[in-house]
Amino acid sequence: MGETGQAQLASAARTDAQPAIILDRVNKWFGALHVLRDVSLQVAFGERVVVCGPSGSGKSTMIRCINRLETHQEGRIIVDGIELSEDVKALDAIRREVGMVFQSFNLFPHLTVLENCTLAPIWVRRMPKREAEALAMHYLERVRIPEQAKKYPGQLSGGQQQRVAIARALCMKPKIMLFDEPTSALDPEMIKEVLDTMVELAETGMTMMVVTHEMGFARQVADRVVFMDRGEIVELGTPDQVFNNPQTERLRLFLSQILRGH
Amino acid sequence: MSQSSTDPRLLRAPPKRRLRLSWRDERVRGIVWQVLVVGVIGAIVWWLWSNTVHNLEVRRIATGFGFLSREAGLPIAESLIEYSPTDTYFRALLVGLLNTLKVAVVGIVLATILGTLIGIARLSRNWLLAKLAGIYVEVIRDLPLLLQLLFWYVVLQNLPGPRQALTPVEGIYLSNRGLKLPALVWEAAHGWALLAFLAGIVGTWLYRRWARARQMQDGQPRRVWPVALLLMAGLPVAVWWALGAPWVVDWPVLRGFNFRGGTTITPEYFALLLGLVLYTAGFIAEIVRAGILAVPQGQWEAAEALGLRPAQVLNRVVLPQALRVIVPPMTSQYLNLTKNSSLAVAIGYQDIVSIANTTLNQTGQAIEGIAIIMLVYLTISLSISLFMNWYNARIALVER
Repeated sequence: MGETGQAQLASAARTDAQPAIILDRVNKWFGALHVLRDVSLQVAFGERVVVCGPSGSGKSTMIRCINRLETHQEGRIIVDGIELSEDVKALDAIRREVGMVFQSFNLFPHLTVLENCTLAPIWVRRMPKREAEALAMHYLERVRIPEQAKKYPGQLSGGQQQRVAIARALCMKPKIMLFDEPTSALDPEMIKEVLDTMVELAETGMTMMVVTHEMGFARQVADRVVFMDRGEIVELGTPDQVFNNPQTERLRLFLSQILRGH
Repeated sequence: MSQSSTDPRLLRAPPKRRLRLSWRDERVRGIVWQVLVVGVIGAIVWWLWSNTVHNLEVRRIATGFGFLSREAGLPIAESLIEYSPTDTYFRALLVGLLNTLKVAVVGIVLATILGTLIGIARLSRNWLLAKLAGIYVEVIRDLPLLLQLLFWYVVLQNLPGPRQALTPVEGIYLSNRGLKLPALVWEAAHGWALLAFLAGIVGTWLYRRWARARQMQDGQPRRVWPVALLLMAGLPVAVWWALGAPWVVDWPVLRGFNFRGGTTITPEYFALLLGLVLYTAGFIAEIVRAGILAVPQGQWEAAEALGLRPAQVLNRVVLPQALRVIVPPMTSQYLNLTKNSSLAVAIGYQDIVSIANTTLNQTGQAIEGIAIIMLVYLTISLSISLFMNWYNARIALVER
């Protein structure tokens, strides 16, 4: 991690002394392919980190490692003070604290919007149904779709589905939210409604780690931006540092490519 | 429907389309085709019927089911109910029907269990297990069932005789006379214990419903298995104990060239059951595998990311989506297994086809015999279909 990153981390660690996420020299291979190379990163509670990089750079793999949807083979990952390992209890504890939003929404098609939101509170948090439903309605109101509660995911637009997915994750009252390219599968006119929801969430002080290419979003909410390429963290800094003053040729090339695309 | 609505827009009827008499009108074409198909089928039925009536008259064969009450005089090797050759044809056919049901019901249950296990095994991350399951499915599916039935029958026929019977556990003997098992001497107390067991199943089901309803109220999940154990095992044992705990076991004993006592699973039944189960399980395995694969990986990940335990992921997220794909083709496999059981004729197991065949040979009542076979299979098949359709409707997903 560079000097700038350390300085930024110090300023961001305002709510809690203990970091929310620690990645310490994490390595991962898919077969012979080395997809994460000595990735080290600390995220403080309350901090918003945006991860960008070309496709295949390992950014999705990295955040999927944080709640162990992928397993790392070397190094340490510590989330909310709990180290990820083969220990099932530790994994359960971490997954309760970490919410995840996927590129393809992954709502449960056989359950209504409301049931999607109450499933985990009822079965994992052991919440009475009425209470879980009140909680779900609270978050559905926050993502502005309470009127869709009785519908099935298949009846909603992509943007609405992604907002339900955010509400579903929030119903577990996570301390940390991970977003894996939440707007990449959406039509342009729906991207805004999802990003607006995420901005509002950021304003509540939620710890967020977001893989996205939405530069506007990154500039607006990110405390730090991480640029990854070929499995490594190449640059790390404030949005201004990373986007306006790239230090490496790789980042300059990447920025010129996504700016051309927009 | 009553049109009591006050909104005039709701009162407007759809426009009536008038039928244009032209070959270019798709509705006219539809009607012509339907008339044609019904006409052709009607003609075929009439032709078959008149031919049959004519031939019966020429050969002076009396039709009717009067023969059912005559003495059958045909020996049957195994039966679930009391039967002797002096009984009527009706009773003989009833024995055949029960024998068919015996192999079909047990076969369906075992094939479902085995098929599900093999289907899951083929998806396993264990390389050896997945490959073995794959080889099993490919070999079993690619060989004709009749060949497999004959193979198992020959294997069982070539087992050593009773004197050299294979004895995996003392009291169980496998020989060319079949599988000999110890039997419990049945008393009234056992009947009551069985009844208590059935009551235990109902009680467990009711408790599970209650526990679920309570959980929705206070959020606390309750373990069902201790209650299930108490009701389904404890209760029957208590009843049996209270009624004097009768326990007399009839052990099979070698006397001369065969066993006496105990109960027997004949080589014919064993071979038929084995063949049907192993064959159908191959198909069921593929259905189960396809059903599980039909649920996208993202569903597993989303459920796991929410913190659901593996069993909850399976029960609440994956199975409801997989069953919708699994159940309809499963119905076909159950029907196949039931109908394939008629291959019993080839290895001498006396099912309904075998006994109806003998009946029609002895009485000459071919049409009635065939009609009985058709009626039996139609009834069984429709029952299976009805049950499975009901089950399918129950688990069917509403998605929009």
